Amino acid sequence: MPGFAFFIAEDQTSVTSAEPLVEISGLHFSYDQKPVLAGIDMVFPRGKLIAIMGGSGCGKTTLLRLIGGQLSPSSGAVRVSGQEVHKMGQSGLYALRRRMGMLFQFGALFTDISVFDNVAFALREHTDLPEELIRDLVLMKLNAVGLRGACDLMPNELSGGMARRVALARAIALDPMLMMYDEPFTGLDPISLGVIGQLIRRLNDALGATSVMVTHDIQETMLIVDYIYFMSAGRVVAEGTPDEIRASTDPFVHQFVHAEADGPVRFHYPAPDLEQSLLGAASGGRA
Amino acid sequence: MNRTVLDFWVGLFVAIGIASLLFLALKVGNLGSFSPSQTYVLKAAFDNIGGLKVRGAVKSAGVVVGRVSSIEFDPKTYEAVVSMEIDTHYRFPRDSSLSILTSGLLGEQYIGVDAGIDDQQNLDGSQLVTRTNSAVVLEKLISQFLFDKAAEPPAPKP
Amino acid sequence: MNRLKAILTALGHGITERLWRLGFAARFFFLLLVHSGQTFSRPRLLLREIWFSGVLSLVIILVSGLFVGLVLGLQGYETLQRYGSSEALGILVALSLVRELGPVVAALLFASRAGSAVTAEIGLMKATEQLKAMDMMAVNPIARVVAPRFWGGVISMPLLAALFSAVGVFGGYLIGVVFIGVDEGSFWSQMQASVDFRTDIMNGIIKSFVFGIAVALIAVFEGYDSIPTAEGVSRAITRTVVTSALAILALDFVLTSFMFRGL
Repeated sequence: MPGFAFFIAEDQTSVTSAEPLVEISGLHFSYDQKPVLAGIDMVFPRGKLIAIMGGSGCGKTTLLRLIGGQLSPSSGAVRVSGQEVHKMGQSGLYALRRRMGMLFQFGALFTDISVFDNVAFALREHTDLPEELIRDLVLMKLNAVGLRGACDLMPNELSGGMARRVALARAIALDPMLMMYDEPFTGLDPISLGVIGQLIRRLNDALGATSVMVTHDIQETMLIVDYIYFMSAGRVVAEGTPDEIRASTDPFVHQFVHAEADGPVRFHYPAPDLEQSLLGAASGGRA
Repeated sequence: MNRTVLDFWVGLFVAIGIASLLFLALKVGNLGSFSPSQTYVLKAAFDNIGGLKVRGAVKSAGVVVGRVSSIEFDPKTYEAVVSMEIDTHYRFPRDSSLSILTSGLLGEQYIGVDAGIDDQQNLDGSQLVTRTNSAVVLEKLISQFLFDKAAEPPAPKP
Repeated sequence: MNRLKAILTALGHGITERLWRLGFAARFFFLLLVHSGQTFSRPRLLLREIWFSGVLSLVIILVSGLFVGLVLGLQGYETLQRYGSSEALGILVALSLVRELGPVVAALLFASRAGSAVTAEIGLMKATEQLKAMDMMAVNPIARVVAPRFWGGVISMPLLAALFSAVGVFGGYLIGVVFIGVDEGSFWSQMQASVDFRTDIMNGIIKSFVFGIAVALIAVFEGYDSIPTAEGVSRAITRTVVTSALAILALDFVLTSFMFRGL
């Protein structure tokens, strides 16, 4: 693909250092005094594709927001490329975000402008490139996700999978060093799902970027990622390469990988004992 | 939305918006009718100004020649001192007199200038104009009329 | 005792909630002004918003203005001719439009036409994570989305109010002079003699400018502050229309009492 040659040429400088791109240490976060993250430690080495997995509502998306600096932790630190994200001012944060790309759960395309303008958005906002060059760059990015032909469509004319791919092209417009994917597989049919999965892997390698993917689609993830973190109730409960995860005897991982209803993750929301509740109700309500 | 079409409509919108502002200022308001470039100030003392207001008109022979700029009360003479800005094109003889008149039966009040006959000297701002007629106060007029009626000898019976 | 405590707690909660929101709105307004530079250095952003809030409101403003003028002409003539002063119709129509009806009715229409659209647009952009995506792309949503919409509204409002008044005066002229037959000369001359540029027309323009700031600020704030769900956005739109209407009428009273005191 002609698009990828361009990416590699652009990004060779940022891959040289051996230190990890993202380091998360002792991260705590509470929302309305309710703890969401309770002491997260993670390391994302450069050039790898990492998945963060766990059930719904375990704080995975919150973690991405914290890495991107859209939320502030109650304690702990996130370092991206050696800089502590939450100690930077607005301009420093914006400078860092120009080197990050994020794919939102449902794409979050700007609905009032065309596919072409969506992908061109960041280029037009952050660079003074002439319009012909922007046009070439945008078509290259769209070609990389296979949607060069759709550049004149409006976002409401796209299917879910196509919208996700356009959003992906938009996220890589500035050739980021860190890509973040928030639930990239949600609501896609099996074919689109496979396409997106392969794209994520190929773009990561072609860009020389580091990618973090938040998801709960275990089968697709196992095929493409380098390393997996399992989260539950705001903590990391297991981690390893896909092979290690498959071989794991950890009861949580076993439950998740085999999609069992009950296990360490309880089927029931915490409640008093059923027998007690029913009997208590029968004998005249709550005391 | 095509760029030039958008530009055209926004341009048209702003143009007719400004045109309607001009319409309001010139056709509806008084900006076009009387805006003297150069004025001189006249001061006049009145016993009673009635309902005269600041920015009220000063007319001579029905033509607007100036505007009232301020109205003050003089605590020594117990009179109202009215300052007027008069267009420098119009000069009035020293013995002109000023009266407070009403346009129509219930209209607003203005100052009327009756030109005198002294062609040696004109009025300027150096002294107070004292040849003035106060506003007609309707209550006084009515009570005057009633007094006169009462004072009249009864009409002889046939 | 417990009941009283509950009532006081609810009252206190309501007050702190509102104060917090007011403070948030003030901080939002400050940020909006700080980030307004881009709006004026990139006129294309502003042009698009003037098109949305100004040009698209033209039809409703022109039609309403004409009808208000026609009604003023009819009602005014009906009353004035009892006192034999039907020539004063011009004064009545022009003064009521320029001083009050022009700015107030145009602002009310503007709030329901353009204000609600702005709230809906920003609210939906928030609900579909477009604002967050923009923020992640290192583009400030307040500078890129909110500020141009605010200034578009502020610029459009006085022009729309002037159009409303002008069309209204024309409506009064149609009824009074063309249909009823009031003398055309005295219609215009009496109007011109009594409508003062500074005290009447300028004050009307100042009013519409203040209303424009209020409505545009309420619209962008409600959109930006809306709960990012379908229900949240629809409630934000309702709040925009209701709050704008109340703000317009309250501000109108305050401004009028300052402007026309003692005149």
